Parts: sequence; C-alpha cells; structure tokens
Amino acid sequence: MNERADILDLVASGQRQSPTLELLHGLAAERILILDGAMGTMIQTLNMSEEDFTSGGHIHGPGCRHHYHPEHPQQGNNDLLVLTQPKAVEDIQLQFALAGADILETNTFSSTTIAQADYGLEAAVHDLNVAGAQVARRAADRAQAEDGRPRFVAGAVGPTNRTASISPDVNDPGFRAVSFDELRIAYSQQIDGLIEGGSDLILIETIFDTLNAKAAIFAAFESFAKAGRTLPIMISGTITDASGRTLSGQTPTAFWHSVAHARPFTVGLNCALGASAMRPHMTEIASVASSLTCAYPNAGLPNAFGEYDETPDQTAAQVADFARDGIVNVVGGCCGTTPDHIRAIADAVAPFEPRKISS
Amino acid sequence: MTQKYLRLSGLEPFVLTPDIPFVNIGERTNVTGSARFRKLIVNRDYAAALEVARDQVENGAQVIDVNMDEGLIDSQQAMVEFLNLVASEPDIARVPIMIDSSKWEVIEAGLKCVQGKAVVNSISLKEGEEAFRHHAGLVMAYGAAVVVMAFDEQGQADTYERKIEICARAYRVLVDEMGFPPQDIIFDPNVFAVATGIEEHDNYGVDFIEATRWIRQNLPHAHVSGGVSNLSFSFRGNEPVREAMHAVFLYHAIKAGMDMGIVNAGQLAVYDQIDPDLREACEDVVLNRVPKAGGTATERMLEIAERFRGDKREEKVRDLAWRDWTVEKRLEHALVNGITEFIEADTEEARVAAERPLHVIEGPLMAGMNVVGDLFGDGKMFLPQVVKSARVMKQAVAVLLPYMEEEKRQNGGGERQSAGKVLMATVKGDVHDIGKNIVGVVLACNNYEIIDLGVMVPATKILETAQEENVDIIGLSGLITPSLDEMVHVAAEMEREGFDIPLLIGGATTSRVHTAVKIHPKYERGQSVYVTDASRAVGVVGNLLSADAKPDYIETLQAEYHKVTQAHERSEREKQRLPLARARSNAHRTDWSAYTPPKPSFFGTRVFDTWSVEELARYIDWTPFFQTWEMKGRYPKILDDEKQGAAARQLFDDAQAMLDKIIAEKWFAPKAVVGFWPANSVGDDIRLFTGEDRREECATFYTLRQQLLKRGGKPNLALSDFVAPHDSGKADYIGGFVVTAGIEEVAIAKRFERANDDYNAILVKALADRIAEAFAERLHEKVRKEYWGYAPEEAYEPDELIGEPYQGIRPAPGYPAQPDHTEKVTLFRLLDAEKATGVSLTESMAMWPGSSVSGIYLANPESYYFGVAKVERDQVEDYAKRKSMNIQEVERWLGPVLNYEPSQLAAAAAE
Repeated sequence: MNERADILDLVASGQRQSPTLELLHGLAAERILILDGAMGTMIQTLNMSEEDFTSGGHIHGPGCRHHYHPEHPQQGNNDLLVLTQPKAVEDIQLQFALAGADILETNTFSSTTIAQADYGLEAAVHDLNVAGAQVARRAADRAQAEDGRPRFVAGAVGPTNRTASISPDVNDPGFRAVSFDELRIAYSQQIDGLIEGGSDLILIETIFDTLNAKAAIFAAFESFAKAGRTLPIMISGTITDASGRTLSGQTPTAFWHSVAHARPFTVGLNCALGASAMRPHMTEIASVASSLTCAYPNAGLPNAFGEYDETPDQTAAQVADFARDGIVNVVGGCCGTTPDHIRAIADAVAPFEPRKISS
Repeated sequence: MTQKYLRLSGLEPFVLTPDIPFVNIGERTNVTGSARFRKLIVNRDYAAALEVARDQVENGAQVIDVNMDEGLIDSQQAMVEFLNLVASEPDIARVPIMIDSSKWEVIEAGLKCVQGKAVVNSISLKEGEEAFRHHAGLVMAYGAAVVVMAFDEQGQADTYERKIEICARAYRVLVDEMGFPPQDIIFDPNVFAVATGIEEHDNYGVDFIEATRWIRQNLPHAHVSGGVSNLSFSFRGNEPVREAMHAVFLYHAIKAGMDMGIVNAGQLAVYDQIDPDLREACEDVVLNRVPKAGGTATERMLEIAERFRGDKREEKVRDLAWRDWTVEKRLEHALVNGITEFIEADTEEARVAAERPLHVIEGPLMAGMNVVGDLFGDGKMFLPQVVKSARVMKQAVAVLLPYMEEEKRQNGGGERQSAGKVLMATVKGDVHDIGKNIVGVVLACNNYEIIDLGVMVPATKILETAQEENVDIIGLSGLITPSLDEMVHVAAEMEREGFDIPLLIGGATTSRVHTAVKIHPKYERGQSVYVTDASRAVGVVGNLLSADAKPDYIETLQAEYHKVTQAHERSEREKQRLPLARARSNAHRTDWSAYTPPKPSFFGTRVFDTWSVEELARYIDWTPFFQTWEMKGRYPKILDDEKQGAAARQLFDDAQAMLDKIIAEKWFAPKAVVGFWPANSVGDDIRLFTGEDRREECATFYTLRQQLLKRGGKPNLALSDFVAPHDSGKADYIGGFVVTAGIEEVAIAKRFERANDDYNAILVKALADRIAEAFAERLHEKVRKEYWGYAPEEAYEPDELIGEPYQGIRPAPGYPAQPDHTEKVTLFRLLDAEKATGVSLTESMAMWPGSSVSGIYLANPESYYFGVAKVERDQVEDYAKRKSMNIQEVERWLGPVLNYEPSQLAAAAAE
C-alpha cells in the first residue's frame, strides 16, 4: 500500500461509525452511564511486594509467548500486574462492574514504550496492552453473565510522563523531551494491542498537554485503519490548576476545539482536585461540546499521606450535582474511588436525566 | 453549540460567529510579508521575533500567520523552532496560529508543534486530486482548519467562472467525499493586480468579489479570505493610492462575504475619508466601470494617481484644500479631524446662513458628530481623537449659545432635542474623575445631554439633582475600594426613593462581579449596569433608552448577573481558607541571624518641595498614560502600532507639548514628605518607636495576613513578615512617604473645562497622575541610594525601574498588600503629611488632590508585593481588637475583601 492510500484509510476510519458506538448511544440516551473507579489506589491497598509484582521473577506475555528479564525493580509498575497478577486486577474490575460500572477501564495507563522506559519494559508493551484488554474483558464478561447487563471495555491510554508542547528545561523553552511523532508511534503501538486484546472503546485520559492527546488521536486513527474497524473514542482532560486551565495552558473550551476532530463518543475531565473543583470547568465543557460528556473526579484532595478521605456518599453527592445540572452523560471515579464509591455514584445519579446536547 | 462556526484555538478559543464581520490575520510574523521579521529569522534573533508576535497579539490580532518560506534558511526547522518558542509564551500562544507555507513538509512539521486548533495555509488542487486528498486527510487527522487556494492542474483561477468551478470542485471533494467539516474551509479565490494596462486584467477585482459572493451563497458554511496587497501591484511606490485601492476593494469584498484576510491595517485608508475623486477612480478600477469622465478606468486612475503621490496623511492637517469646501463639509471635516483653528468662524458662517442657531447644531454639527460616532464604533477612530472632536463640538456650541439664549428670551421657544439626559458623578469620598469625564465626553458626542456633578458627590445631591433635572440615567464612578460601598449605598437610596431609571457603574475598582453581587440586588426597581469602558458606554445607554431594545437587553443582563452571582458564590465556597492561627504558622520567615537590617540616614521626617517636574519627567511610565485613554499596548511600541499608532503618536506629541509647558511655566509644584523610624514586628503588627532605644512607641501599623490555602511551600504573607520581630534581637526600621504632583492640578483642569476644552482638561489630569507616580518612583530610588541608603551602588536607568528590579517595596494602604485604607490615617499623622504637602484625606480615605501617592518603605531583600485577598471573620475580629476599632467599622472598611457576608453572620448569630 502506498502512503497516500494509507492517509485516506485513516480519514475514513476517523469518519466511520461503529456498531459499538450505536449501542452506547442507545444506552446513553436513556440514562447516565457509569465508568469504573480507580485501579491504582485499589492496587495500593493490596500492599504488594516486588516479588508479587514480578510474580517471583516470571514475567511472561499471554500464552507464555515471551519472557522478560527487566533490570529495574518493578514494584509500583501497576500495569505489569495484568501479566503477573491478572487475577487480582480482574477481581478489582469485577467488583467495579458489579457495583454498577457499565464501562471498565483497562489497567494500561502507563503501557507505552515511553512510560515503561522507566522500568526497562519497553519490549513488553504489546503484551501489556493485549493482556490488559483481555483481563478487563474477562471481568466484563463475568459481570454480564451474572446480571445480564452489557459491559464495555475501554482501553486506557495515559498521557505518558513527557509533554510535547512544554519544555522541561526553563533555560531552553524551545526544547522538547518528546516529539509528536515519537508519541504517535508509541500510542499507535499501545492502541494496536488494546484492540487486539478486545477493547470496545479507546479512552485517552488525564490529558495535561493537548498536543500529546492529538498525537494519541492521530495514532488511534492509524490503528483503526490498520485493524479495519473503528472504536469509539473517549477523551478526558485534567485541570489541576486554580487558574482553570490545563497544565499546557488551555481553557476548557480551547481544549474542546483542539480535540473535536476526533468526533469522540465523550469529552470531559478526570482526576485533579475532586468533584467540586471540577464542576465549573465541566459546566463549561458541557456548554460547548457537540459530543456527549464524561466526568470522573478524584475522591477529593489527597491528605498529607497521599490518601483520599472522601467517603462514597460525599463523592457521590458532588457527582450527583453534575447530574442535577444536566452536564454529564457518563460519570465515574478517579484516584481514591472504590467500588463503594462507584455504587454510591451510580445510585446518586440514577434519578437524573442524562445531559442533552443543546443546539 | 452544534452550529457550524469556524472554531479555532490557541490557549484560548476563537469562534468566527456571524457578528464578526471580518477577521484580520496578523501578517507581521511572515517572512514574505515583513522585511523586518525576515531579517530577524535569518539572523536567528528569536527573542526579537517573538516580540513581533507578541506585539501583534497585544494589538488585537485574532489569528497570527507564521510563514518561514525564505531561501536562505531551513524553513522547516525555523517553523518548528519558532512555534515551539511561541508555545512557551502564554500571551502569544493564546491566539490560534495560521501555519503558512508553500511547502507541505513545512506545514506538517508545524502541525506537530501546536496543541490548539490551527489553520493550514494552504492546500490546492494544483497537483491533482490525489495530492489534494492526501493533504486534506492529514489536515483532518491533525485537527486543523484549512485555506484552499483556487488553483488546479491548469493553474491559478483568474476569471469568475474558473474561481467558482475550482472552489466548487474542492468543496465537493472535501465535504461530500471526505467528510471534511465545511465550516473549517476557507477559500482564497486569488486577488490579482488590476489597472495594469492589460485589458484582460480589468475585471479581476469584480471576478474576486463576485466569486466571493457565489461561494458564500452556494458553498454552505465555508469562508473566504485573500491577500489584498496584490491588487495594487501596478502602483508600487505610490502608497496613498495603494491604500485607497485596498480600502475600496475591501469595502466591496467584505460586503460580498469576504470574512477573513491578511491586511496591513496600519496601511489602510478609511473608506469614507478618501478624497472623492480618488475614491471614484478606485471604484472604477476595482469594479471595472467606465469612468463618468470618459476613457478607461485605468487611464483615469493613472492620470489621477500622480496627484496623490506622496500625499502623506501626516501632512493632511496642513493641506488647506478643505477650506474651499461648503461650510457643512468644513464643519464635518473639523469635527472628524479635531481641528479647532477655524471652528468659530465656520460656526458663525453657518449660523448666519441658518434660519435659527439651533439648526446649526441639529444639522451639520450633529451630522459631523454622527460620522465621528460611527467611525469610533467601527474601530476607525480612537478615544483621544474622539475627545478632540468633542472639543471642537463644544467650542462650536459655545459660539451658538448666546444666540440661542437670546432667541429663547425673545420668544421662549426651542430647547435643543437631546437623545437623553445622563447625570454623572464620582461618589462621595472619592476624587478620581478622569474615566468619568471621558465617558461624559463620549456620550455628549452621541447627542446625550450630560449633567456632571463632579467629584465627592453625596448620594442626596445625586438623587436631588436627578429628580430636579428629570434625568434618564445616572452614572457613578469611583477608583478606590471604599467607593464600592458608597455605590451600593446610592443604589439602596435610589430603591428607597422610588427611582426606576438605569444606574451605570464604572471606574477602576468596580467590576461586573461586584455590580452583579452587591449593587444589582439593592436596586430592584431599576437596572444597575456595569460599564467596562467609555467605548461601551454609548451602546449601553442606547440600549437602555430605547423602548424597543430595553426589555431584551435587561433580560439578558439580569440572566448574566444571575449567572455571575452563582458562579461567584460557587467559586468562593470552593476556595479553601485557613484559620488565622494556621495562616500565621505558615508566615514568611526571614533568617534574621543571617541578615542585619540597614539603618536609615535620618529619623523623623523631611519635606521635599524643590524637585522640578523636569527631573521627574524622565521617570514617567507612559504605558498607564495610554491606558487612561483606553489605548492598549506598551510604550514605546504602541507608537509604531499598525492600527492605533497614528492616534498614539498624536496623543504622545500633545502630552509632550503640554509637559514642556508644565515645566517651562511651572504649572505644578510637586511636594513630598519622607520619614523613617526604628521598628520591630510583634505578630502581625509593626511597632514604630520614637528613638533607637526603642522604649517609647509612637505608632503601630496593623497588617493583614493571607488566608488562602497555599500549596508548594508558599507562605501566608503579611507585611509584618518583612520586618524583624521584636524577639529576633535585631534593630529594624520602616519608612513612609506621601508625594503629590501639586494641588495646582485642580485649578488648571477647571480652567480648561471652562474653555470648553475637555481634551486638555483630561490630558492635564492624566499627566498629573503620571508625574505623581514618577515622583514616587524617583523618591524611592533616592531612599534606596541615599536616605535609607541600603543600595548605594544601585544603577538602573529610569525605564528599567518600571519592572521593580530593586531591593525593597513601597506598598500603599488600600492596595492589595494592605487593603485597609484607614492605615493612611496613621501614616499621615506620623508624617504630618497634610501640613507638609497639602494632601488631605477624604472621608473615604482618598487622597486629595487625586494625583498623589503614599505608602510605607520596607527594605528587606526578601520583601515583594502580594495581595492579601479575602479574609475570614476570625482575622477581622482579631484585627479589630488589635486596632481598637469596633468590628462593624472594620467590616465596613474591609468590605471588598471579606470572605463572608457580615449581615448574614449577624443574622445567623441572632437566630
């Protein structure tokens, strides 16, 4: 295939409507959909050791196809658990699903060559994503078998630990630690694996630099073209600054204008300073976005020990305010939210109509 | 939100809505359009190149075009380097970028550097459909809008038919076949040179304009842009003619639907101001008409062009050809150009010819002012020019007034019909009136009758006058924070007295939030309206006095205020504030063991009354001077600004001329008093002592502490943190000062007002303010180098001081670091300031005369300016106790910074 034909495939894949998208739109027209809660803080409570993380040193891909011998310690590399402790990850995801989540996120936030470089596990990236999707798929299927409600797997694509539009060196503002193309290639590799493992959607999340997200969108188009099918995309930025802008300086509306070409299933915000701080920014996005909207805040602010103190009821009450205001179609939780939080959120938003896209 | 508007973004969004008639794209960061920028890029002087970009954005460019197509450099690398640097400058990166190159690789490299939604300039069918689809597909994948040139395999489209054929084909491929969003397409149907002598070129202007009309009617949601300078290519070297041609062309193209363009706005004649002969010749060539005088349009243009060569606009003032026009046209010309020289004679001539003197006002004078109003509304004139026009108008009316009074005495007839009566006042306790005067002048230009009650006007006087004069609107102004409460009081009084006329709120400390949250609820019978600046006042008053527009306007306002109020309450609730004790435990701590505060050269006070304005003038910061006149941009760059440069230069020349007079004729006698005292902090207080033995206290400065939850190790500051604590064992000191440009200002401004010269009245006040600030700056420098003497080696140029690069600060009571205005009482007592300088304090703690500055001096090298922001009740209680004031009084003075509603709390306590 020559390069020009590729581009046209790419455009076509960006345009195509998928059956999953129709199904999701059908459900979202009836009620507010629920996304799951935090994997990272749930894993922390298991207090796993280096031994647990590496499964006693035996790290291998699905079907025992590769063995990895990283030289770095792996404790804290949560994404690795889909290979070494798949049962633990699946159990957490099942708990979330049974608590009411319609959409389960894969445990692949950092499964790119760029983010895994810190652990020396670049070579494992394809396996991490395939296995990550498979594990979540199993949890989804088990929950669906149990209560008959459809569950969807959202392949989670994190921001990586580098920024494409900000220099890490204050003395050299023109410098970039990562390029658009490096990100695009890494993301494409990740999304290929997520599709192969059976994801229903792609969730580009915790976006602090919109240029990274634009590389991920480009990569998703490429992966869809390669796979011959298009998955719905969810896009979620994060605003951690009191100024109400992303780390890279955009206002919520400017952010939406920059990612609207993805024609996403949802756009919204996650993580950051908790629900109440998120509300004005979410309100702004809801007032401009022509797609559905999604919000999944942290359980408040971390305390001095980095723990999240908000109870399920506290978080749920604030998320219910979003629903009451008519600014959300999908809600869930980020750092510090447990299955109990998700259950409380699902109950709290149930009485409210989903947001209508106004004209 | 699903409307198909072109939506772009930098750090901030830009939406091309139907009410934006034309987007002018900044072209100075284009190496093919700007010789200066090309030189900077070739020399890799990126710092200066960024300044060029910054200038454009500051001057209002909504999109900036970046083009690096230059044979001497690696265009792709330059595009990447420059865009990466732009991304690091938030004040530039806030607007969307147009990535401009004839090479696709350069465009694609650029697309990889911008996080916002950019515009690609350009793609075309030149290399066939396959390449076109390829480029368009990538534009979609990168998420950008696109300029499409009317260019295909056969070449550039020159005729109407070719232009629309190619654009229609491109649209079909993009929209119907590829799903490209039509609102993201901007067609460039090619502007070509006309009047070249080649007959085939004669219709090029018409072809473009008609193609534009066709595109806007037949290709839904798409936009039209173009580079206008090509049009006049055959008149290179004759700038006046080129500018006129561009203005005429744009006038017709915009009407046909051209909604974007790369235009050098600084080099564009005003359509209505073009010499009628020249304008007609331009229209003949642009619209390809046969001239009335016969021959061809090109011949006629060539003939007439020579007459206008080198007719620099600067020299127009001296061109007295207009003196031969009819008296009506002469009056209009004088009004539009602000020329007073002949106004009395011309007005007299018009009066003699008119049936009644009133007809001169209602006829030619109002017609001329309408032209001024329209040009101002369209952004074609700037505030200083409008104020000059108003001066001409007033002087003309002054000629007519005696005759009108005489007529009235004889037959009691004929009041002048005004558009409405507006009462204006600076509220009780406040002396600042420059902004109010400007609003008055601008409204007067639009035929409103202004009743100006001046400064320090009590509520009773405002309401009495409003009743007697039966005014249609009241406008309140104020600059210092206690004026905010006074405005609330006036609003409440209006409610009580049964008024229902609109209430306008304006001035430096006022805001939409304050008006919505505090004033609006107090005046339910009528409508309070916050007015951002003078240029908005005409629209606001027009809406409020129009029976048709008023209901909708008020409904929109009330909805907006409701929203603002809710958002305000929410954001206040969400801000986390600390209890005072915790804020104190996070105070800033200087390591006093490592720092010994320097000792001033004298204790007690010294008066300075022999400083000349000439010496101080070098210390004037001119940027705020231009802001006073609602001209945004930094001095000196504002003088070379594309749009407002000419107006800025004229204003600056006028200011310099007046400054020369002020110096030569000694209009002002600036005065200052400075004092130093031994001091130590105790908690949040700064205690001052009579002598170095520190036994007898002579005063205490009370300070307020930030209570906002701070992150990242940042302290909760109070000014006392910068003074050595009593228990540190270190001897520390504090200074204080009051300066004034001189009480003469008031009388001089009055004199101008009496001569119907508002322009100079406002000018002299604006200059007095600058002189006072310059004096404060110069005096502080002397303090650092000599009087306190802690920085004897300091050697900054006056213009460097604006950035406050030096050690130590001079915070003023009533400003963010110490929002309590009543601390001025202590300062004035210590300095015996009224006796020393003639400056007194009003009941609202404003300094009279207004052009005065006061503050305290702190020398601590760790000191810096900060804002206390909102305070909680626990601190207010503590502060009231320390200061021995009752709590309600403290709450009244700190009203604007209270983080609670005092009345609500009192009510809650009573329950």
